[in-house]
Amino acid sequence: MSLWWWILAACILAYATKLAGYFVPAKLLRSPRMMRIAGTMTIGLLASLTTVNAVAAGQSLVLDARLGALAAAGVALWLRAPFLVVVLVGAGSAAALRLLGWN
Amino acid sequence: MKLLESPAVRVGLSISIATGLYGVSFGALSVASGLDFWQTMALSLLLFSGGSQFAFIGVVAGGGSGLAATTAAALLGVRNGIYGMQMNAMLQPAGRLKYAAAQFTIDESTATASGQEIISEQRRGFWTAGLGIYVLWNLFTAVGALAGDAMGDPKQWGLDGAAVAAFLGLLWPRLKGKEPWAIAAACAVATVMAVPWVPSGMPILIAALVAAVVGWFSHGRSDEGLEPDVEPYHRAGRISGPVDGDPTGGSSDGGSSGGEGERN
Repeated sequence: MSLWWWILAACILAYATKLAGYFVPAKLLRSPRMMRIAGTMTIGLLASLTTVNAVAAGQSLVLDARLGALAAAGVALWLRAPFLVVVLVGAGSAAALRLLGWN
Repeated sequence: MKLLESPAVRVGLSISIATGLYGVSFGALSVASGLDFWQTMALSLLLFSGGSQFAFIGVVAGGGSGLAATTAAALLGVRNGIYGMQMNAMLQPAGRLKYAAAQFTIDESTATASGQEIISEQRRGFWTAGLGIYVLWNLFTAVGALAGDAMGDPKQWGLDGAAVAAFLGLLWPRLKGKEPWAIAAACAVATVMAVPWVPSGMPILIAALVAAVVGWFSHGRSDEGLEPDVEPYHRAGRISGPVDGDPTGGSSDGGSSGGEGERN
């Protein structure tokens, strides 16, 4: 049940943020510094989420099949594969590595 | 069908299909991370911002708290506020229309509108991409969630590997030039160092702080990192646009966004 509240909170915050852009005076948000922070934070969060999902298991660091998925996805992206193909490559390589015995 | 002759509508429709389709991966990964069908649908219907949705389930999957998941999603949604400001200036939606436009203000609708030059086309582009992605994203989220539920053990299918690939796929289009790579590397290192010491979910917020500090002090492109996951206006060889050292120059001007230097 409690996860529901966090989901609703995330939804409300997301909408409030979008709406703020339409109502907050442009001067406040238009500053180049604000734009840069929004951009660098997007990059930082996605890099961190990639890392956590690749090597973290709770509070420990583990090297397992997910690392193979990361490498394979990187190659797919480098070859300009579309997003969905990249995701499938990630799933396929993790599953295949597990079949081969690498957890 | 006269509407289909509008370039903005055509671009909007094709980006809707490309983006909407990968809702299937969100749906599947969301149920694999432990959310149920309706929780997954609530995120797609109400939150409706791909990066933030993936962030939420990414934190939950790693064992992070609801608070950490919500915070990560909210921080990743900050750029939508910037887009809202740009779209408000560009499309000038009247009164109540702003409340509707806000919900559809995401990377792709902003980028589609920004790629057009006349206001009627900008409006068509925004609404076609926004509404089209909304419908397809939710449809495919449902398909993915149902399929994910039926799949059983997510690890056996490599769904944890799919999550890693999805985040890298969301990050990739934003890595144009040296600085974004440096920021990404710094945040990845900060994350790895933080994982053993702080509760799950926190390392992501620490990385966000690192990135914000970099953004505060550095002087790269002002629209760095504000790229759509799927580029509406394809063009070969657009890896790194002109990197202007002056953040007040050119691209911070209300109209343009999304980091695409070209117009067509």
